[in-house]
Amino acid sequence: MSTIASGILPPDVRPAEREREATYDGESLDEVSTAQQLEKTWATPRGLWGWLTTVDHKQVGRRYIVTAFVFFLLAGVLAVLMRLQLIKADNGFIGPDLYNQIFTMHGSTMMFLFAVPVMEAMAVYLVPLMVGTRAIAFPRLNAFSYWIYLFGGIMLWTAFAFDIGPDTGWFAYVPLSGPAYASGKRVDFWAQMITFTEVAALAIAVEIIGTVLKLRAPGMTLNRIPLFVWSMFVMALMVMVAMPAVMLSSTCLIMDRLVGTHFFNPAEGGDALLWQHLFWFFGHPEVYIIFIPALGFISAIVETFSKRPVFGYPYMVLALIATGFFGFGLWVHHMFATGLPHLGSSFFTAASMAIAIPSGLQIFCWIATLWSGKPVFHTPLLFVVGFFVIFVLGGLTGVMLASIPMDLQVHDTYFVVAHFHYVLIGGGVFPLFGAFYYWFPKITGKRLSETLGKWNFWIFFVSFNITFFPMHILGLAGMPRRVYTYQAGLGWDGLNLLATIGGMGIVISVLLFIVNVVSSLRSAARAPSNPWSAATLEWATSSPPPSYNFAHIPFVTSAQPLWDQGEQLMYVRGLRVDKREILLTTPLDARPDLREPSPDPSIWPLLSALAVTALFIGSIFNPWAVVIGALPVAIALTGWFWPKRNEAMEVESA
Amino acid sequence: MSTPRYVLDVSVLPNYGYGTRSLTWWGLMGMIAIESTVFVLAVGTYFYLMAQVSEWPPGRRPPDLEYGTVFTGVLLLSLIPNIWLQRQAEHERLPQVRVGLVIMSLIGVIASVVRAFEFTVLNVTWYDNAYGSIVLMLLGLHTVHVLTDLYDSLVLTVLMFTDHAKARRYVDTAENATYWYFVVYAWLPIYVVLYWLPRWTQ
Repeated sequence: MSTIASGILPPDVRPAEREREATYDGESLDEVSTAQQLEKTWATPRGLWGWLTTVDHKQVGRRYIVTAFVFFLLAGVLAVLMRLQLIKADNGFIGPDLYNQIFTMHGSTMMFLFAVPVMEAMAVYLVPLMVGTRAIAFPRLNAFSYWIYLFGGIMLWTAFAFDIGPDTGWFAYVPLSGPAYASGKRVDFWAQMITFTEVAALAIAVEIIGTVLKLRAPGMTLNRIPLFVWSMFVMALMVMVAMPAVMLSSTCLIMDRLVGTHFFNPAEGGDALLWQHLFWFFGHPEVYIIFIPALGFISAIVETFSKRPVFGYPYMVLALIATGFFGFGLWVHHMFATGLPHLGSSFFTAASMAIAIPSGLQIFCWIATLWSGKPVFHTPLLFVVGFFVIFVLGGLTGVMLASIPMDLQVHDTYFVVAHFHYVLIGGGVFPLFGAFYYWFPKITGKRLSETLGKWNFWIFFVSFNITFFPMHILGLAGMPRRVYTYQAGLGWDGLNLLATIGGMGIVISVLLFIVNVVSSLRSAARAPSNPWSAATLEWATSSPPPSYNFAHIPFVTSAQPLWDQGEQLMYVRGLRVDKREILLTTPLDARPDLREPSPDPSIWPLLSALAVTALFIGSIFNPWAVVIGALPVAIALTGWFWPKRNEAMEVESA
Repeated sequence: MSTPRYVLDVSVLPNYGYGTRSLTWWGLMGMIAIESTVFVLAVGTYFYLMAQVSEWPPGRRPPDLEYGTVFTGVLLLSLIPNIWLQRQAEHERLPQVRVGLVIMSLIGVIASVVRAFEFTVLNVTWYDNAYGSIVLMLLGLHTVHVLTDLYDSLVLTVLMFTDHAKARRYVDTAENATYWYFVVYAWLPIYVVLYWLPRWTQ
């Protein structure tokens, strides 16, 4: 064996520790037996039990993506209902109470149950493959995260089905959402849904950070980390700072409502604006938590389809980090209409405008990449181009809204609705669809039809603009958000009709996507391991990847290993194949450091999630549920972490 | 398939390590980062609410000092056995680790009892006014951390006195000690805010 890399091992290697009767990958084991043994070790058990106990990041990630997409469809149905209600003046299709629930459910589902989870889900599936490891860090936590997310989403939609859906908007401003104006349980379900989804998101953030810092393939130094992985890393850091704010504020809200605290009650020294500060300290970074992963999709797609590395790699990384920081300096721009001191507001105006700089820098780097490469306009790249157009338009209205006089004029009008759909659909959903088309062969082993894909893109792109561009004009004409109807004669009828027609076009494009997915899953044609001739490690393994991801851990010597090393990809040997083992490397320069066990499948994450769910839902009806419910939670978590008996080196089960 | 090109043999690597080398440490740091953010935002909320009123604490006496100060003293003194326990765990000395875990579990019990008395001398409850709400929130949040670490210590103690006392349990013991540092250090600013700030502002 070549030993060109042996100098990078840590000083405390203890060859004597090589366990007797253990089997390792390497020359001593032929490739067929290696694959068989690894499959035996890493495969999820078959059947229902396996489905409930799996800790495979690919299965959990796939499940997460599908679930988030179902919530996207559900929230989309609500959008269609709203557009039908607004199709003409004085329409009586949906009454005001249901309409309030519908727009609240639409926003809450899109933000909390679709946009953030789907981005994290892509990270859960792809990051371990891209950094070249066998499993995600803390795989049981990953399974737990999915269950908690699923149960939170089911809880919210069940409540909605029973006419107790939240009705105070996706940001649930007090006093409207407080005990005085929102009786019943509607807002309580909303507040607990927040707790569910944020617990799930925080768990994934920790896993991503652990995976990126400790599980990278040897040789993948900081400057060789794919931009996609960088973006997910920055996203995870933002989640860790942003999500606690909304958990704290929604906990304060539910306590104000249920046990009589006074956080937001001005009569007893509380303050309504405190809610807005805490909510938007989360809520604005939330937009970037959706947007930054999308930047990662775009970098991956642009690189592959222009057949050259992304221009300005270090600036791209710094721009991601800068966006992450700036994202926390913007929250007050949601509150310009609340009468805060003008001097303070002007800082937030400056920050809101400054964040356009790193975003613009990245767009110029991508354009430079495409310009100097040989771009091939397959469907994923089309969605990226669609992103450029739509997101730049949304960014321009964003700069307009950052200026306070303009903001005061159009606050709470359809101009704002148009703006954030341009940035969120343009900046999030378009890159996401590009990512679906791009990674679909890797995840499923099948390819989506290019013809249907192009129809999907063009209908989506045109319909999107027909739907949302008129809303700018409606907003400038004074149409407020969140009204269930409007009077005839205000001049809003034609544009609303146009927006509804556009909305139907979006429905058709999404249906085309679903048709494309179903027909390609049914087709027999298999995708090769690297159908796009891409450069990063997830394409170095089969499509779909085996349970153990890689037969051998790759040894990376550049940022585009599959382009620079091609068939000559180098590997390290010596991980056990007879039990689950992962290679830990050092955080900065990815030198091999430890072989740690990785946990086996377990039912305890599901049981823990059920116990936590009982506590959360119980607390809506009785505060004592928090105390009583803590007991099953403690039992389940103990079961989760309890080491298995009679194992020479028992499996760590985080 | 041709034989892969190997450049390194990692089978000689150890299969656990302490501190930044272990994945457990990084997971713990993630948890601490999240919880620190919660504490910072909760303390920020305290100051925000303080800025809303002219009198602080509004219409109340500040919490009585005695139990909170005893609690702080217990936590500070607990650092000594905690440092010792962490060191013993990293050297994998089973008898000392057992003693250390018993001591830290006892300290957790004592701290929890003192904390229970603290709740009785706050001179305010959560439903009196927003000041009471945030005081109870801060103290409650920290109490959850004390109880969590106590529970972890008890479970580890059981493991270390049974045949589970294997290599990776030493890593867990060392990281549990790291978590206790966080419980102690997070308390110090909260102690100042809850007990001394309302005295200085009166």
